[in-house]
Amino acid sequence: MSDIACRELCKTFHQGGETITALDHVSLDIEEGSFVCLFGPSGSGKTTLLNALGGLDTPDSGAITVGGQRLDGLSRGELADLRLHNIGFVFQAYNLITVLTARENVEFIMQVQGVPAGERRALATRVLEEVGLAGLEGRRPGELSGGQQQRVAVARAIATSPALVLADEPTANLDSRSAAQLMDLFVTLNKERGVTFVISTHDARVMGYARRLIGMRDGLIVSDEQQQPHAMDV
Amino acid sequence: MNVTWVLAWRNLWRHRRRTWLTVAAMVFSNILLIFLVSLQLGSYQMMIDGSLAAFTGHIQIQHRDYHEQQHMYQDVPAVVDLATRVRALPGVEAASARAEAFALASSAERSFGILLTGVQPRFEPAVSTFPGKLREGRYLRDGDEQAIVIGAVLAQNLKVAVGDELTFLGSGRDGSFAAGVATVIGIIDSGLEEVDRSMAQVPLGWFQQVFAMGDAGHAVVVRAPSVDQVQATASALRSQPAPTGELVVLDWETLVPGLRQAIQSDMTSAWFTYGVLVVLVAFGVLNTQLMSVLERTREFGVMLALGMSPGRLARLVGIETLLLAGLGLGLGLVGGGLLSWYLSVAGFIYPGVEEMMERFMLGGRIYPEVSAVSMLIGPAAVFVGAMLAALYPALRLFRLRPVAAMQVA
Repeated sequence: MSDIACRELCKTFHQGGETITALDHVSLDIEEGSFVCLFGPSGSGKTTLLNALGGLDTPDSGAITVGGQRLDGLSRGELADLRLHNIGFVFQAYNLITVLTARENVEFIMQVQGVPAGERRALATRVLEEVGLAGLEGRRPGELSGGQQQRVAVARAIATSPALVLADEPTANLDSRSAAQLMDLFVTLNKERGVTFVISTHDARVMGYARRLIGMRDGLIVSDEQQQPHAMDV
Repeated sequence: MNVTWVLAWRNLWRHRRRTWLTVAAMVFSNILLIFLVSLQLGSYQMMIDGSLAAFTGHIQIQHRDYHEQQHMYQDVPAVVDLATRVRALPGVEAASARAEAFALASSAERSFGILLTGVQPRFEPAVSTFPGKLREGRYLRDGDEQAIVIGAVLAQNLKVAVGDELTFLGSGRDGSFAAGVATVIGIIDSGLEEVDRSMAQVPLGWFQQVFAMGDAGHAVVVRAPSVDQVQATASALRSQPAPTGELVVLDWETLVPGLRQAIQSDMTSAWFTYGVLVVLVAFGVLNTQLMSVLERTREFGVMLALGMSPGRLARLVGIETLLLAGLGLGLGLVGGGLLSWYLSVAGFIYPGVEEMMERFMLGGRIYPEVSAVSMLIGPAAVFVGAMLAALYPALRLFRLRPVAAMQVA
């Protein structure tokens, strides 16, 4: 499902009378089960590419295929459905629902998927345990540390068993220890569940976890290399 | 537990003060609407009861053309026998026979036009409150002859008092000259100047004799157990075999069309006022929900990114409004219900108008009528208004784009 193919993606923004090229004829293939890092300076187009891959944003031109399905032919509802069932998102700012507890945050998206109440409660508890938050299920985001909140966000992303997880600067707000724990979790999920990870970052330590590194600058892919992953030195 | 409902409920309390203020506006409106509608319906009931009990009665059996034309010869034959039979029917609380004629009344000094009514002294007090409004003297009794009770203004105009004689002149049923001399035995102060200026009552038997009516009269006045039962009683009367084919059963809405029109006119202006109140509350809800949606734009963007459809987000806002309006409805029903129920028992006084109400036979107090209609119509309108007010904030969510929404601070 998670084989990704991008062909000639272009995207420009207009800001203050200036035209900014976020994606400049980007072509890319990502195989199922990959662990990919997009890196580059701010404004290089990493987030725009992630948004396009997740169907959150539409490129001006070019084509994206996820799991054999062309995204440009899908309606907003179909894109939402694709994200709901196949793609998990982890954001830099966690983006949890502040009035819900950790378990409810995880459960909520499963309820939208139509998972029965008893099943989703058990699954949410299990996934939270899996990300190291056993005993904290009843806490609201404001009662958790940044690292714990990001783990809830990861639990929310993987609870629906997506084939692809898109993470945008997931460690940017975390201390080194929490960042290392989060990346270890991503690696475990990639290995044990075969989940494809595409992570945008400009943190060199995060890049060390990837098996494939794609460098971007000014909307262009400037490097694309395979590497032997190595854990973060905390 | 359904997480969507939990989320909706908790979302309401993100801004407690704002939520409580909105709920308070709805509760206040609901209480006010329940009270005002109950008071309005209670007043109408009292107006109808007071007005009909005064003289018209709930129902009258008349010659089919009498109500429109009021000719002496458009009569009800054997009117006393008919009244007796009607009185025995189920659904009839009281019935009394009457005959009427326009005449010229004269005292030693003055003459005035009057509406002379022949009544059954024993049964008239059961269908009319006028006999109970005596200011001087006594009311008519069975066996009285050449006795008359008159309105207070008429007595003043004619310059007569109890014990004085007056004469009246009119036309008999057959067109003959009808005249009588009667002693004033009572003076009625109904509180209605127009009525008191022309009202005069004599015993029916004597009236029939003076006006050559034979055993006929012009109406059998019927009182049903309550206004609500008038239609049932009227239907029962219509199903009875009629002595002649020329009689009709007329209910109060036909007899006093102005009363219904006055009520409808009052209701129309009242509904307009209530409508304005509901619209104001709806704008309050619109403001609350719009603010609530706008300040959660980023969160909605995240939800869209995670795969929620705009329709689901709109449903979430709908549920929040439902809970908000439900709170206002529940608390408003309890508050408005208790207030109206208490006043329906204890009564309500419009300060300064007690005397006027008394004079208009409405009693000194108004008793709000607590019913399903008075309890639900206002709060239901507020509830529907609140739900409609949530449409705009909810529809805005369909225009939201996940990336743009998530960039909102």
